[in-house]
Amino acid sequence: MALDIGIAAIKALVVLLMVLQLAGVLGWIERKGSALIQDRIGANRANVFGFAGAGLVNTLMADPLKFITKEDVVPAGADHLLHLLAPCVNLFPALVAFAVIPFGDVLKIGDLEINLQVARLDVGVLYVLAAASLGVYGVVLGGWASNDRWSLLGGIRGSAQMISYELAMGLAIVSMVMTYGTLDLQTMARAQGGTLASWLPLPAWGIFYQPVAFLIFLCAGIAESKRVPFDLPEAESELVSGYFTEYSGVKHLMFFMTDFVEVIIVSGLVTTLFFGGWQVPGLARDGFHLGAATIPLPHLVVVLLQLIAFTVKVVVFCWLQIMIRWTVPRFRYDQLMRLGWKGLLPLALANVVATAAVLLAVQG
Amino acid sequence: MSLPLFVIFAALLIVSALGVILQRNPVRSALSLVVTLFLLAVVFIFLEAHLVALLQIVVYAGAIMVLFLFVIMLLNLQSEPVEVGRVGLRFAAAAAGSLFALQLIWVARAKGFLAGGMNDGLPADFGSTTVLGEKLFTQYLLPFEITSVLLLVAIIGAVVLAKRQVN
Repeated sequence: MALDIGIAAIKALVVLLMVLQLAGVLGWIERKGSALIQDRIGANRANVFGFAGAGLVNTLMADPLKFITKEDVVPAGADHLLHLLAPCVNLFPALVAFAVIPFGDVLKIGDLEINLQVARLDVGVLYVLAAASLGVYGVVLGGWASNDRWSLLGGIRGSAQMISYELAMGLAIVSMVMTYGTLDLQTMARAQGGTLASWLPLPAWGIFYQPVAFLIFLCAGIAESKRVPFDLPEAESELVSGYFTEYSGVKHLMFFMTDFVEVIIVSGLVTTLFFGGWQVPGLARDGFHLGAATIPLPHLVVVLLQLIAFTVKVVVFCWLQIMIRWTVPRFRYDQLMRLGWKGLLPLALANVVATAAVLLAVQG
Repeated sequence: MSLPLFVIFAALLIVSALGVILQRNPVRSALSLVVTLFLLAVVFIFLEAHLVALLQIVVYAGAIMVLFLFVIMLLNLQSEPVEVGRVGLRFAAAAAGSLFALQLIWVARAKGFLAGGMNDGLPADFGSTTVLGEKLFTQYLLPFEITSVLLLVAIIGAVVLAKRQVN
């Protein structure tokens, strides 16, 4: 019992630290990447004894220091308690959502088998949806508690947007649940091993079964994380900074972090649902299977390869989201709503029906 | 599940439920309700009803309450002054509440809910999504379908109301 709790705590801590570290690195990628795209130099001022590390010193040391040492301003007439609560309520669901995303298969130490997933829940994917739906409150509260028009508008936009896109996201997940016949993300990841068919040497990843669901999920996921082209809740040119206009210092940093943590969550889910999770094509538990040939590998190497595969896939999708953010202009509000309700939602519904029909035809 | 944990969460649940009716600010009231619904989901988890707990969060805490807040914020409701209701009304409310509590306790005693552990005698797969889904689509198919028709009626009603031309 104590051992179980200890292992669970270690897994939770490792995942939490990994996500937070990655969020920091994404901050650097975002700033330097956007500079590259826009033909600027980007963050390069801060240095330690002349070492600027291509902006790393700026984004990973100078920026956090600045945020932490900055004065914490609470606007006059604001609800102090809720103003303090909003960034916490925003960050918390984003961080806990990672608990059900598997980052590897099983790790065997002696007789001990450790499932490389923080929590194996019977309701798996629903847990992520629940966390995502609680994430709205940070936005709403931040907007309302600031006692500021821009913030309030941002908060209202944010809540409407997140509710709208949650539906399409949920339905995309429903079609994946139907495909795999389970709610558990670890079982889904395991089901994506092997190849599509014996004559088709493609990995049996979800994207090949559900390409439409993938597009819907990615769109809705980016909308849920409120990033360009769906960044109407913060829209710098209209609302200053939207729901977190009136935040400074660490509280602002928390909103900022949530942004990146949500990007990582979306990437983690896309990876797990559609790109095989920790699966490496051709790698089974005992080693590589390439056609008839088998290259046996020790257990630890296999686990390490799976961890690396998962991390690489997640980082690739984070990178893709950042590229999208700096490539596409912002939607207008009516376009946003039209895309969500008249585009993605009916498409997702049709996809669910089509999935059901195919499943019925195949399974009889 | 362990009783001490349940007691802690049940106490928090009652405190947040009191918050809903005792807060003067409508936004804080609504937020207390969110916390109440969230803690209710925790209690469902203690009762091994994981799916119900998660649906509780997704649907009530996550979607419906956001709409509540949305409306409160759009209408820009301010803090309400404390209204002291009529004395007779307050007595009637207290009496009705106590009566309901007594009735609950009586039913729980009569049915033997208070004896034994909380989840004794439950099958191992109780509350799992598979079992729940099977029950819904076999034993309870008719109520399930009737509920969906009811929801459809509500949706159509909402569309009709929204489309109504105001002269």
